[in-house]
Amino acid sequence: MALTSGDIRHVAELARLGLSPEERERLREQLTSIFEHIAVLDRLDTSAISPTAQVNSLTNVLRDDKIRESLPRELVLGNTPAQTDGFFDVQAVLASNTPEEPR
Amino acid sequence: MSEASSVGAEAAPGLTDLTAVQLRKLLDAREVSATEITSAHLDRIHRLDGILHCYIEVMIDVALQQAAVADRRIAAGNAAPLTGVPVALKDILCTNDAPTTAASNILRGYRSPYDATVVERLRNEGAIFLGKTNTDEFAMGSSTENSAYFTTRNPWDIDRVPGGSSGGSAAAVGAGEATLALGSDTGGSIRQPAGFCGVVGLKPTYGRVSRYGLIAFASSLDQIGPFARTVEDAAILLGAIAGHDPFDSTSVHEPVPDFLASFTGDLRGIKIGVAREYSVEGMEPGVQLAVDTAVQRLVDLGAQLVTVSLPHTEYALATYYITAPAEASANLARFDGVKYGLRVEGETLRETYERTRGEGFGSEVKRRIMLGTYALSSGYYDAFYVKAQKVRTLIKRDFEEVFAQVDAIVAPTSPTVAFPIGARTDDPYQMYLADVFTIPANMAGIPAIAIPCGMVGGLPVSLQIIGKPFDEATILRVADAYERSEPWVGMRPTL
Repeated sequence: MALTSGDIRHVAELARLGLSPEERERLREQLTSIFEHIAVLDRLDTSAISPTAQVNSLTNVLRDDKIRESLPRELVLGNTPAQTDGFFDVQAVLASNTPEEPR
Repeated sequence: MSEASSVGAEAAPGLTDLTAVQLRKLLDAREVSATEITSAHLDRIHRLDGILHCYIEVMIDVALQQAAVADRRIAAGNAAPLTGVPVALKDILCTNDAPTTAASNILRGYRSPYDATVVERLRNEGAIFLGKTNTDEFAMGSSTENSAYFTTRNPWDIDRVPGGSSGGSAAAVGAGEATLALGSDTGGSIRQPAGFCGVVGLKPTYGRVSRYGLIAFASSLDQIGPFARTVEDAAILLGAIAGHDPFDSTSVHEPVPDFLASFTGDLRGIKIGVAREYSVEGMEPGVQLAVDTAVQRLVDLGAQLVTVSLPHTEYALATYYITAPAEASANLARFDGVKYGLRVEGETLRETYERTRGEGFGSEVKRRIMLGTYALSSGYYDAFYVKAQKVRTLIKRDFEEVFAQVDAIVAPTSPTVAFPIGARTDDPYQMYLADVFTIPANMAGIPAIAIPCGMVGGLPVSLQIIGKPFDEATILRVADAYERSEPWVGMRPTL
């Protein structure tokens, strides 16, 4: 299964991952090769097998609904590259939904 | 090891050669202080780490302060099993008094506001934190060559990799730059570097150790575990970090036994499985021979061998390279330039995300995000992700069936000894093959330990012992009995 440059561009957009044209081409080749190895799984008939997402028998672990001390706000904001008035600084979300320029 | 790759002449055996158990005896007898032990290790780090590059951050001030506290605690008669013992921490475990970077540019300089639970537990024990060790970026790799900062060198031959991803922790313990260390193991990242560096490394059962404060890679696979130079030390460190934690809902309410109580030195009554599938093309003959010899030694110690079959072993690697990147692509979505870490501002929020992540992540991390996002994307989800989860069921069932017949399974830890730096960086799949024997235990969530079992061409070979869920005691018992019967535990690199 050979991946196309369109596949790579699409997946990079889903992952919000900026890639140079050289990176995209290298990834196209490498992912194609990795998926060729992964194709070994096609040999197995798994139609009657249920999936395992994780191996614990734990399900729906809940904690007591008790209020406890949170981390101090200054400490939580201590690593942010940009803050205003004690909040994380984020660019306008809606502005980012405008259609993309063709690249 | 060639003359050229030798780091320098070694002084007489000293504090940096001793085990945690030996150090504790000296501390309790007041023959040495925690401050002296800490200083000896900091001196050795100062002397060697410019060449080996085990540490991203050496915590000199923290360590000396902890040592002073430990000395007062010992004087007051309140010592715990690890009080005054130097430990190195993989730099993917959050510490509130040193940077935590995951060896990534996207987290350069990050200061965690809290300690990982394992870190907090060792702090409460009075252990000494020497520093944060190098790793492949976000623990993605098998050689530490994917660190954004530098490549750690193998203490047995500095032209070779220490393995990975916990290569800094393994090399530090192997080189006497730490007595003990913590690492994390998602597909072999404790066991494979332990094997390459000639030390003991253990991946506990999934759920045995809290992951709170471990920077997440693949959440259904990640486990934190110990590195040590003896099985006994590894058991003590595991005992200190194991147990349920309300801050990690995947940690299990399972009693933590006294692991040392099972150390009898003989293996009578133990059934050990040897799986015919644990041999691959490209396996080094010297590795196979050393492992076969070790298995024979287990028989001499009283174990009964049973030939078993794990028929889906050959599918584990492919299953892993869908599952782990899929989970990673979701876990790493949090690195968006808003809450912490690097931010490369663009015209729009979306552009900021793309530029921050494009510049902040290294090539292996990008590769795995792409692999994982693809496997989860619309139209491919069933063919890749769901398929892998189904095959995971088959792999887990293989182990369940075999463990109905045997108490433990033995296998090589890796198909080769440590490979030269740069030898596999151009071919991702060749690099992934380094984990072919360690991945199945992660997929099934079961414990496994790697211990030295020989030398080939001056490089360590490692035996892997795989156990039943929450039965670390049996694999530790087998490992300890083997260790006592062979000279490998005393072998140290010339540095």
